[in-house]
Amino acid sequence: MTSFITEISAPDGHKVTVNTGLFINNEFVTGASTIDTINPATGKVITSVQAAEKEQVDLAVEAAHKAFYGGWKTTNPRERARLMRKLTDLVKRDAEDLVHLESLDMGKPLETSRAVDPSAFIDWFQYYAGFCDKLHGKVIETEGKLSYTVHEPIGVVSGIIPWNGPMIMLAWKIAPAICTGNTVVIKTSELTPLSALKISELIKEAGFPPGVINIITGYGSKAGEALSRHMKVSKIAFTGSLATGRAIMKAAAETNLKKVTLELGGKSPNIIFDDVENLDEVVFWSHLGIYFNAGQACCAGARIYVQEGIYDQFLEKFKALTLSKKVGDPFSAEIFQGPQISETQFNRIMNYIAIGKKEGATCYLGGERVGDQGYFIEPTIFTDVTEEMTIMKEEIFGPVVAIAKFKDVDDVIAKANNTEYGLGAGVFTSNITRAVKVSNALEAGTVWVNHYYSQTPAEPFGGYKQSGIGRECGEYALSNYTQVKAIKINTGNPF
Amino acid sequence: MNMTTSFALFLYFYLVNTGLFINNEFVAGNNTIETINPATGKVITSVQAAGSQQVNTAVEAAHKAFHGGWKTSTPRNRARLMHKLADLVERDVNDLAHLETLDNGKPLRNAQRDIIDVSNYIRYFAGFCDKLHGKVIDTQGKLSYTVHEPIGVCGAIIPWNFPIVMLIWKVAPAICTGNTIVVKTSEMTPLSALKFAALVKEAGFAPGVINIITGYGHIAGDSLARHMKCDKIAFTGSVNVGRAIMKAAAESNLKKITLELGGKSPNIIFDDVENLDEAVFWSRFGIFYNAGQMCFAGSRIYVQEGIYDEFVKKFEKLVLSGKVGCPFDKSTFQGPQISETHLNRIMSYIDIGKKEGATCHLGGKRVNNNGGYFMEPTVFTDVKPDMRIMREEIFGPVVVICKFKDTKDVIKQANDTIFGLAASVFTSNITRAVTVSNALEAGSVWVNCTSIVTENSPFGGYKQSGIGRENSEYALANYTQIKAVKINLNSKL
Repeated sequence: MTSFITEISAPDGHKVTVNTGLFINNEFVTGASTIDTINPATGKVITSVQAAEKEQVDLAVEAAHKAFYGGWKTTNPRERARLMRKLTDLVKRDAEDLVHLESLDMGKPLETSRAVDPSAFIDWFQYYAGFCDKLHGKVIETEGKLSYTVHEPIGVVSGIIPWNGPMIMLAWKIAPAICTGNTVVIKTSELTPLSALKISELIKEAGFPPGVINIITGYGSKAGEALSRHMKVSKIAFTGSLATGRAIMKAAAETNLKKVTLELGGKSPNIIFDDVENLDEVVFWSHLGIYFNAGQACCAGARIYVQEGIYDQFLEKFKALTLSKKVGDPFSAEIFQGPQISETQFNRIMNYIAIGKKEGATCYLGGERVGDQGYFIEPTIFTDVTEEMTIMKEEIFGPVVAIAKFKDVDDVIAKANNTEYGLGAGVFTSNITRAVKVSNALEAGTVWVNHYYSQTPAEPFGGYKQSGIGRECGEYALSNYTQVKAIKINTGNPF
Repeated sequence: MNMTTSFALFLYFYLVNTGLFINNEFVAGNNTIETINPATGKVITSVQAAGSQQVNTAVEAAHKAFHGGWKTSTPRNRARLMHKLADLVERDVNDLAHLETLDNGKPLRNAQRDIIDVSNYIRYFAGFCDKLHGKVIDTQGKLSYTVHEPIGVCGAIIPWNFPIVMLIWKVAPAICTGNTIVVKTSEMTPLSALKFAALVKEAGFAPGVINIITGYGHIAGDSLARHMKCDKIAFTGSVNVGRAIMKAAAESNLKKITLELGGKSPNIIFDDVENLDEAVFWSRFGIFYNAGQMCFAGSRIYVQEGIYDEFVKKFEKLVLSGKVGCPFDKSTFQGPQISETHLNRIMSYIDIGKKEGATCHLGGKRVNNNGGYFMEPTVFTDVKPDMRIMREEIFGPVVVICKFKDTKDVIKQANDTIFGLAASVFTSNITRAVTVSNALEAGSVWVNCTSIVTENSPFGGYKQSGIGRENSEYALANYTQIKAVKINLNSKL
């Protein structure tokens, strides 16, 4: 049998072996082709991985289908939980391998990945492991009947995940699916397949039966399309762009009406009132809210509205903090911002910067490439922006923020809500009434008050308007992965 | 009242305004559609029909009403208005029932039962107005909570088989959660909804909160499904149209969707039933009620071999005792099918059944009665699983009855369908009742009964029978969106 085991060396000398096959039925198998995965810090190929097209997707779905009906559907909840917790033990054990792969593949600074990714994966899996035996139906009081509901798994579910948080996105899609008794086929982004492949080894080692969790990669137009159209896939969860989200919902409609949840883009507003107690804190969070992950976050606070009284002071402090953060090689020490994920994304962001300038905004800071290797961009600030500008309306998905002044609360809320998106929002104020009223008024699935970006497994996450359909995380996610059966047993007189 | 713009019509002594109900007014449509009495084939009246322009007006009205006050109306006020509406429905039960029977053809006493159900549904959801609880989530260093907010403007596209019941399935949960709504009724059965519309205004709902229009699916329905200011759409109807609506939602603004589609529901009768007459009663009710025009109809009956002959004999006797006739006649069990087109479709399935080699054991013919779309309740036996009459939804008074021996085998046959709306099981054995219910891939499973659908129990399909659940607390999730608010209490620096 062909072996796809390869050894990858990180710049700091850490070596990781990875099996680059498609993980189907607890085996690493051949794909239809191979795809090179690039190190975005250098633009060079790390390795090539097996890529799935329709035929391999069929194999994966069949494996998941067989596993579901062959035992996973009726597996004891306690056993599901045990396997999930075992996986977290293994992720903890191999955390260094995983964060090295994540940094190499995605470009996030190693220190950041180390601090965030393994613990997030573990937290999500631990949280949902605890739900395995708490999937309660209801007993509904009805005269002459025993009427109750059961929350059953759906069957084979699928997840198509993006490249901006490979390990975390993997956990978000797998954990709730598995704890509710489904089997799953995940298509990772072909830009960042590596950490998921390592986790695949751990899934097998943890003892999950073959076919329960299958992880493949491939192009969206081939493998993703095949999954969204597969007649034996009963649900699809997608995180990515609006355009692809539409295509997936259409594909579901045209095939077997599989259930669809979507996490799409955002152009989230961050509103800073002049009654904030500590401007340095506000600046800290606002900076994190756009530049974390090199701006590659669906809920990035990409439009900052600062009340006029503190605008100048805010801008000065924001600029100073931005300049103090290093952009560079993810494996160097004290790097805040790594490269963008790819040449395509790099060009796209640079194009938005050019558009911003052309449309008359002031490029207050940054705007240029960093270095001549890899896909690094200076953290960029635009000021003197108007609401109709492209850079105020369209999602850039890079380290580019627009900072605007406002005076009046009703006006800033109207501006904040004037978008097709509705994923996140930030509000900074020390006043309780204002904090609550403004949160109520903002059309967004998550509102952060006096901070940005917190997210735990217990809190639901998802979009208003065209930012998506459905909620991930929290107890709310369970309804994405269960179907409700109502059973009514007649015990009364029927005639 | 200006007679040139009034669409008020005196109809069998029941006043109905046949305009489009938008913003608490009855207005002109793009064109008119005639609605037929299926018991006679004659036109009852014509009604104003919406084109895309009128759909836009309705959605704009709903949008304005939502942002203009309904969104922030107190739950108590919403509940009060809903209870008032229920009071008016109860007051006018007779008018509503007569219109329903005239327009849809269902026997009058069934229509009366439907109206009572409508009142119950309204009151059930009225009770939820002030119980839309978010959660407080224990998170270190933060006050983290969720709010269950209304979505905004909801759209609903409803079918003709239970016109006013289907209307309330969509309106009640939408309104109680603080949304506004535009309902497109079936152009075949617009009348009871128009009467209901007048009650909406009388109850005191603000203009634009509830809008009721009719029109062709491919015009008004499509327009609603694509509207950029409609944030959610709920549809009940065929699988094909369900697909089109999901696509339209994807292509427009990714509005949330729920779909209630077709079914080919199995009804399994084990030989340990205590009272075969009961099983026969329910089985017959499960397919021939509403002239078989129910998405959850138990259209495939599987009888365990030991009692098969006796069941068929009793079933046939009960079926033959049911009169097919004028729906206003108290002795009628089965009224007409909804339209000529639909009757032809059912008859063609009967031809197909015969052609494929099934035995037409009972019925199979049209019934001539006063020009209406009547047919005999029909029973097929000697059927094979791959026959079209076993696989495709007929949506008429046509049932197939099969014999089975073995539990595992009958479950497999029952589940061998793209549908999964409902199923029934008849047995006196508790273990069997529960294990078979668990094994059936259906959103509703009835044990020792059929077709019991109530406001407090979730209803919806597995597989291609639909997406989402209506009724009960489960329905609230269709009409709310979750906002997670996290208030930071810690200093970072």
